[in-house]
Amino acid sequence: MRVDQRLIAEMIAPRSRVLDVGSGDGTLIDYLYRTRSCDARGIEIDMQNVTQSVAHGLPVMHGDADHDLADYPDGTFDYVVLQRTLQAVERPREVLKQMLRIGHHAIISFPNFGHWRLRLQLLTTGRMPMTPVWSTPWYSTPNIHPCTIRDFLVLCEEEGYVVQQWLAIDEDGARAPWRRSIRLANLFGEQAMFLLRRAEP
Amino acid sequence: MGISVLPIVVDGPAHEHRTVCLEGGLDLECGVHLASLEVAYCTYGTLSPTRDNAILVCHALTGDQYLAEQHPLTGKPGWWSRMVGPGLPIDTDRYFVVCSNVLGGCMGTTGPRSICATTGKAWDSAFPPITMHDIVAAQAKLIDHLGIGRLFAVIGGSMGGMQALTWAADFPDRVFAAMPIATSPFHSAQNIAFNEVSRQAIFADPDWHDGHYRDFDAIPARGLGVARMMAHITYLSEEALSRKFGRRIRHDAATAVPASSSPSLFGEMFEVESYLRHQGSSFVRRFDANSYLTITRAMDYFDLAAEHDGDLANPFRESQTRFCVVSFSSDWLFPTSQSRLLVRALNRAGANVSFVEIESDRGHDAFLLEEPDFDRTIRGFINGAAEHAALLAGEG
Repeated sequence: MRVDQRLIAEMIAPRSRVLDVGSGDGTLIDYLYRTRSCDARGIEIDMQNVTQSVAHGLPVMHGDADHDLADYPDGTFDYVVLQRTLQAVERPREVLKQMLRIGHHAIISFPNFGHWRLRLQLLTTGRMPMTPVWSTPWYSTPNIHPCTIRDFLVLCEEEGYVVQQWLAIDEDGARAPWRRSIRLANLFGEQAMFLLRRAEP
Repeated sequence: MGISVLPIVVDGPAHEHRTVCLEGGLDLECGVHLASLEVAYCTYGTLSPTRDNAILVCHALTGDQYLAEQHPLTGKPGWWSRMVGPGLPIDTDRYFVVCSNVLGGCMGTTGPRSICATTGKAWDSAFPPITMHDIVAAQAKLIDHLGIGRLFAVIGGSMGGMQALTWAADFPDRVFAAMPIATSPFHSAQNIAFNEVSRQAIFADPDWHDGHYRDFDAIPARGLGVARMMAHITYLSEEALSRKFGRRIRHDAATAVPASSSPSLFGEMFEVESYLRHQGSSFVRRFDANSYLTITRAMDYFDLAAEHDGDLANPFRESQTRFCVVSFSSDWLFPTSQSRLLVRALNRAGANVSFVEIESDRGHDAFLLEEPDFDRTIRGFINGAAEHAALLAGEG
């Protein structure tokens, strides 16, 4: 399991109901079921991944974040997880809203477009940055909504979401040491992970 | 038309189906009470001492209970023998598998060929209209008779999937897992239209005799044959037909028909014609026209949402059943879009749903054919559900 998936799993209380949006090969939901006795389900856009997951006995359905969250009743899950996908959805703001409608908590990870290497490349070459994390050219990238850690925080504030926990992580998913300063995390964190909940009414 | 002359077998060869006569008969949705209910069924594997390993497999429109054994009339292997057996995806070393002939059928379960208690004669075309709920209610009586409380799983493709859904809707506490395959929560206008063409073909046969053809020692073989030919096309896909037959012409004299009975310019026949004629003629040997009419009607009536205030989520609210919905990419009779409607409704109900579309170019019939991804899906879903069932039992 990837290091960042382990970090996500640590945020999730045992025996809770979890929806992993973009569950890939099902590693996280399998782990949550086996080690934390969670009722963990998945939505995945890639049919081969879906078939593989179901063939492993995991409850995974074909679907995607933009279209399939709206069906679930309010508060169906304790946690709704979106890993490394927010930048690729059609309507990130709406997806977040749905995640926090159907779940009490949302766990979101995304690659940080504010990382210094991206800033430097754009400044020095005048071209769209390419890094190991942002590795597809502008004309074919699925990442249509890149954002920085600060952008994301502003959106959370606008929407009234409470950031319960946040951390910057490096490319491999390990926790990076920029925990106190958002400014530094936004400059040096390759990816970010947030645990959100709705503000109390 | 060119269906070759058939051995007319009105009552079928003498074969004793394994049947049980169920006490109390059955109250049908239409209001008629069937005084006597017989259900013909087959079982495979062994029921566990705690009776918690039973899987009910529901057959499609023209299927029957001969799931995984040689068919007594056709001599062919069971219709899902590649799926059900020791070590197979539906593993009879682990599970007790039950398959029964549907109500209204013609393989031993009460249907148009059965004797009506009040007249002392066969029902024939007077057999009352039935619904998917009636079909499932009859199965439930069989499951009661077998001493099984909760079914570990109900699995079915096409009309069998309608039954699996009906089970989950009518008896949520008795279905731990449900697998509706290549099916839909309602019969579409297009599918009703196809069924109507089938029925009209039967009615147009001079041997139809208003459904009392058995009194005339006849069967509407041509009409039923045409119905089957037409329906068979809907089970395939253009790709499958092209690959299997293309525009190839059959030259051998045995199958070529005289020019007089065929509009073919040179007295030859396309392979696809020959294939469909064979499908039609072999079908009428094993299937009863009144059963065909009764069961296609039951399919046409099927609309789960309409029965629940127009919201398909309603029958599944609070459901603890684990669902696995499967569709096939080239199935245009029960397309993926209809499975997706079902999945969305199950999500609205908060149910536990897996949903896979299997990539296949073989149309609706793909669920009966060799599709490795499909096999893996069935095996995986059953194993996963079994793990959860054991977990719950351990907690209980």
